[in-house]
Amino acid sequence: MDAIQLIYLVPLFPLIGCLINGLGRNILPKKIVGIIGSLVVFIPFCISVLIFLTVSKEGFITQNISYFDFIHVGKLSIPFEFQIDQLTSIFLLIITGVGFLIHVYSVSYMKDETQSGFGRYFSYMNLFVFSMLLLVLGGNYVIMYIGWEGVGLCSYLLIGFWFKDQANNDAGKKAFIMNRIGDVGFLLAVFWMVSSFGTVSYHELFNSQNGIITSISTINSPVIVGITLLLFVGAIGKSAQIPLYTWLPDAMAGPTPVSALIHAATMVTAGVYMVARSNIMYSLAPISMAGVASIGLTTAIVAAIIALKQNDIKKVLAYSTVSQLGYMFLGLGVGAYSAAVFHVMTHAFFKGLLFLAAGSVIHAMGGEQDITKMGGLGKKMKITYVTFFIACLAISGIPPFSGFFSKDAILSATYAQSPILYILGLGGALLTAFYMFRLMAMTFNGKFRGTAEQEQHIHESSAIMTIPLIILAILATICGFIGLPEIFAKNGNKIDDFLSPVFAHSNQILTTKGIPHQTEWILVIVSALLVIIVSIWTWNKFKNYASSTPGENGFVKAIKNKFYVDEAYDFLFVKPYRSLSAFLNNIFDKKGIDGIVNGVGRGVNYGSRQLRLLQSGQVGSYLLLMVIGLLILFIIQLFTK
Amino acid sequence: MEIKWYIFLSLALFCIGIIGALTRRNSIIVFMCIELMLNSVNLLLVAFSKMHLGEVNAFSYSMATSAQIFVFFIMIVAAAEVSVGLAIIVMLYRNTRSIDINFLNRLKN
Repeated sequence: MDAIQLIYLVPLFPLIGCLINGLGRNILPKKIVGIIGSLVVFIPFCISVLIFLTVSKEGFITQNISYFDFIHVGKLSIPFEFQIDQLTSIFLLIITGVGFLIHVYSVSYMKDETQSGFGRYFSYMNLFVFSMLLLVLGGNYVIMYIGWEGVGLCSYLLIGFWFKDQANNDAGKKAFIMNRIGDVGFLLAVFWMVSSFGTVSYHELFNSQNGIITSISTINSPVIVGITLLLFVGAIGKSAQIPLYTWLPDAMAGPTPVSALIHAATMVTAGVYMVARSNIMYSLAPISMAGVASIGLTTAIVAAIIALKQNDIKKVLAYSTVSQLGYMFLGLGVGAYSAAVFHVMTHAFFKGLLFLAAGSVIHAMGGEQDITKMGGLGKKMKITYVTFFIACLAISGIPPFSGFFSKDAILSATYAQSPILYILGLGGALLTAFYMFRLMAMTFNGKFRGTAEQEQHIHESSAIMTIPLIILAILATICGFIGLPEIFAKNGNKIDDFLSPVFAHSNQILTTKGIPHQTEWILVIVSALLVIIVSIWTWNKFKNYASSTPGENGFVKAIKNKFYVDEAYDFLFVKPYRSLSAFLNNIFDKKGIDGIVNGVGRGVNYGSRQLRLLQSGQVGSYLLLMVIGLLILFIIQLFTK
Repeated sequence: MEIKWYIFLSLALFCIGIIGALTRRNSIIVFMCIELMLNSVNLLLVAFSKMHLGEVNAFSYSMATSAQIFVFFIMIVAAAEVSVGLAIIVMLYRNTRSIDINFLNRLKN
């Protein structure tokens, strides 16, 4: 009970850290900024652990803590409230835990920044964590929306952190605008909820006794379908799904720890959290769930295909995040909510690890990100190599690393829904194994392909950077065991049991059909074997990679150019928008609006020049006009009475 | 005598004043015409006050007497106005050696 009362401290600390680091960026030395920046994430992590312990006790019921009246208009009342349940506590642990490690890592990674740049960086990072905590703690959709916009803002600030380069600014703007497109959907959904249900509070909507949504039993009612689809539009923008995924690869323009924070702990998982939070609504709208699943699966496969041919180490990881997020949405779409949350968790560990290790590589290479210019780094960077290898095994889904269990949970739930979707999903998983092992082989194996000067420079990173890598590697290895499938151990799926109160009502509605244990064994073994075969084959193919100059044509070229999606968007949206703006600027504004304004001025000018002639100075004419005026007044008086 | 004859007289005086002011160029005559208009209104005031005095009502009585007092006020104001006006005409004559009212348009430069 006591830990629950401390909940307000969780978002408060990062906010204070943001203010101190931001305002004191010119005064505080880097060391203190680093300590404050990391500490204000570490303390909430400790509180989150306490909360987790409280929540995991037997018989815990969802807690709602209302602080003050945020919006009060007519019958609508939106308090500033937090809700603590199992889902929230898992996300709190991920955000603060992984976030803390990334902050520690940043202290060393960003040490070459100027003093004020260092303070600015940590200020933004703390604000990012604050926004994300607000997002998951909020007790209603409006509070979630505040955090939702906050992470959008922080992503813009951090992607364009090195703002002197115009490309970084463009990437930041792209992220912000793409997110805004999604946010419109979310906002409309909130408005719709207000007008249909008169409340946006989770407690009143999803309460298991008398919640407004829980008492609805009609499947696919238009209101619910509309709201869920609009919410999903928001999730598409925030979690980088087709068609709004192009901002995420461009977000690589920011510092590498920022990418780790965006991909692992915050931001992109917001969409998954939101759908999981609204699970009852989605369960009532199978149409929307089918949309979620199909968009998720398409994204998973398309992004994986694009990742096959990328040569920028961070771009490969970015597309792999898009692809993994696709899996999470596939899981949500087939009703495996807890499997999706489980994948969020394992993904947070291994993807955070991948990015931090990639950051370590980039650091050693002096800013070089092209893997065709790397190679053979494994000998000189042992810790980075080993941890990257572990993350690679985890994301590829090789047992017994964590990614295997979470991906398996999603895929077996997909199989229960439709075997065709399962095969497509498995294909995506094989692609994942291919591009990850290609990336690793090209980076760490073979001969070094860069300049001699770079080769001199290569070194293992400092302990501040490697310790977070080691911690994350341990987590990425073992955390799969909290979600063992039923076939491996009876009641082995701890995370499913832990989250079951949140998804209880949905599971009632959906009545998921399980698959026989025999089939599941076959699926697990086949998928594990396939992944291992692909991994070994890829490893051998790229182990001694020399240089790439084979003629590329057709499909390969299309993949390399990311299916020309950016170009297509440029042609379809950006260009017409630009020409519309040019039209409005040159024709509508300059000719139309300016014409009206100048015309009024010119008219007054002309009129007064004519009127001036009346004032001739002839006293006689003044008198005459006066008399005429008086006569007119008399006549008006005469005829109006 | 009926009130209407007073009104006719006053109206006639007023019209003579207007026509004179509009047609003549001699500023003294224009000035006299203005005085004529002013006094035609005075005449009207006095006539109406006499009409009201015929009634017994106490309120109308006080109204009637105050109308007569107003006439005196107007005459005094008119006298002050005449002194200013005549002074302007004198200055006009000194500057232009003429009292033609159209010479006043020289003020505009």
